[in-house]
Amino acid sequence: MTNVICIVCPKGCHLQVDENNDYAVTGFGCARGIDYGKKELQNPTRVITSTVRLEGGIHRRCPVKTAADIPKGMIPDAMGLLNTVQLKSPVKVGDVVVPDICGTGVPWVATRNM
Amino acid sequence: MTKRYDVVVIGAGPAGLAAACKACEKGARRVLVAERDREAGGILNQCIHNGFGLHYFKEELTGPEYAGRFVDLLGKTGVELKLDTMVVDITKDKTVHAINTTDGYMELKAGAIVLAMGCRERTRGAIAIPGDRPAGIFTAGAAQRYVNMEGWMVGKRVVVLGSGDIGLIMARRMTLEGAKVLACVELMPYSNGLTRNIVQCLQDYDIPLYLSHTITNIIGKERVAQVVVSKVDENRRPIPGSEILFDCDTVLLSVGLIPENELTRSAEIAIDPRTNGAIVFENMETSAPGIFGCGNVVHVHDLVDFVTGESQRAGAAAARHALGQQDTGGVLEVEAGSCVTYTVPQRVRRDHVEKSMELFFRVNNVYHNMEIKVMDGDSQLCRFKREHMAPGEMERIAVPRVLLDKVRGDRITVTVVPQEGA
Repeated sequence: MTNVICIVCPKGCHLQVDENNDYAVTGFGCARGIDYGKKELQNPTRVITSTVRLEGGIHRRCPVKTAADIPKGMIPDAMGLLNTVQLKSPVKVGDVVVPDICGTGVPWVATRNM
Repeated sequence: MTKRYDVVVIGAGPAGLAAACKACEKGARRVLVAERDREAGGILNQCIHNGFGLHYFKEELTGPEYAGRFVDLLGKTGVELKLDTMVVDITKDKTVHAINTTDGYMELKAGAIVLAMGCRERTRGAIAIPGDRPAGIFTAGAAQRYVNMEGWMVGKRVVVLGSGDIGLIMARRMTLEGAKVLACVELMPYSNGLTRNIVQCLQDYDIPLYLSHTITNIIGKERVAQVVVSKVDENRRPIPGSEILFDCDTVLLSVGLIPENELTRSAEIAIDPRTNGAIVFENMETSAPGIFGCGNVVHVHDLVDFVTGESQRAGAAAARHALGQQDTGGVLEVEAGSCVTYTVPQRVRRDHVEKSMELFFRVNNVYHNMEIKVMDGDSQLCRFKREHMAPGEMERIAVPRVLLDKVRGDRITVTVVPQEGA
């Protein structure tokens, strides 16, 4: 039995996940907590955010995010992919900045019009 | 230059943007938003992390995305947005004094004013951390701006003081950008930030959290070289002999946000010392008729979604006031009962509550299995169960109008007590 705090929404429900019982989840406040509890012990993933170099915009950095959650272990490699990116204004919310993070099919996308 | 407006909103962060859009929607014709920065969006522009909009948009957005939705909305209204514009004074008669390089000095006459100036960060000087004064000591928000917008890496070996959300978020941010975050140090025996941030910012990156500790010395000549962290006792006094030395080059301070109410005080508006923001009615009106407040300038929020709701309420009321319809009537005081630090609003004119009154409050400690009770003297109006409550997680309840109408006294009390039989 493992205690896991759900991070899907700010409520932060205290979950209990039973690895020996098909990862059954209790303590959830909504259905998303069940999925989170199961996933967190077997294949934890995260959405991460960062910035990339921007030329010609109002600021020198453009904020970006992974369009979907990626495996936690890939986070350092995902961050590394941003080091060589140089965006040129104009950039729109949702523009693809790096098409595929380490074979996941998930791209880095821009999160601000700049 | 003198100009008249129905509503003048001070600040184009999430609070000001929501208030202005709503004021326009509710019929105010001439609406101005005055913003001192060169772009709208406020603090959300530097909050590049996600977690915004789960309530309001039912989507998980980053700060800039959330702000972008309201900036786009504002662009579709007839609201005038003056950027690079500093409001230097406001008066009780609703004159707004502002300056910028295009219009020069302006005296703007407003039918109603909405205060949405947000807050500032508490500094090292304000909490008097002893030691040297080398470079490398930043408030967490200032560092966030440098890193996320200006593109500067503020340091390589970091100690974060304060486990509020900004400190936690920056601990993660610095780690992702290649810094080593050695510790997050928290004075209290519990963290002030959202639990989800403890998990996704500290635990995810194996950053140790030292509860009941504080920084008792900063050492360094031109740049920070070391900090001394000490354990504190139940009176929050450092315990001699408990010192831990950290070799670091950067200290990030996340030690409190202070609503920025210079203008509010200038207009002689009554301030609540518990929130450091204006005392407000259910419609977000301050003690000065026609001057409203919303967002962090009234009380520091945890979720921008709540700011939006509160600010729409202020914007709608400002429009009503400007159009000649003023909210007056009998007042109920809202009292903070056991375990409650403060409530917003602090006063209610129940005749103007539609279906229910949205009430925010914070508790003074971490509690489990409690009940929120709204009382009229000894008589209970309503109650709500909560499994987990913490000072860092603002509570929101809705008190139905039909129950407010039953109140016989001159006040209602929001109180938090253990669940019966718990």
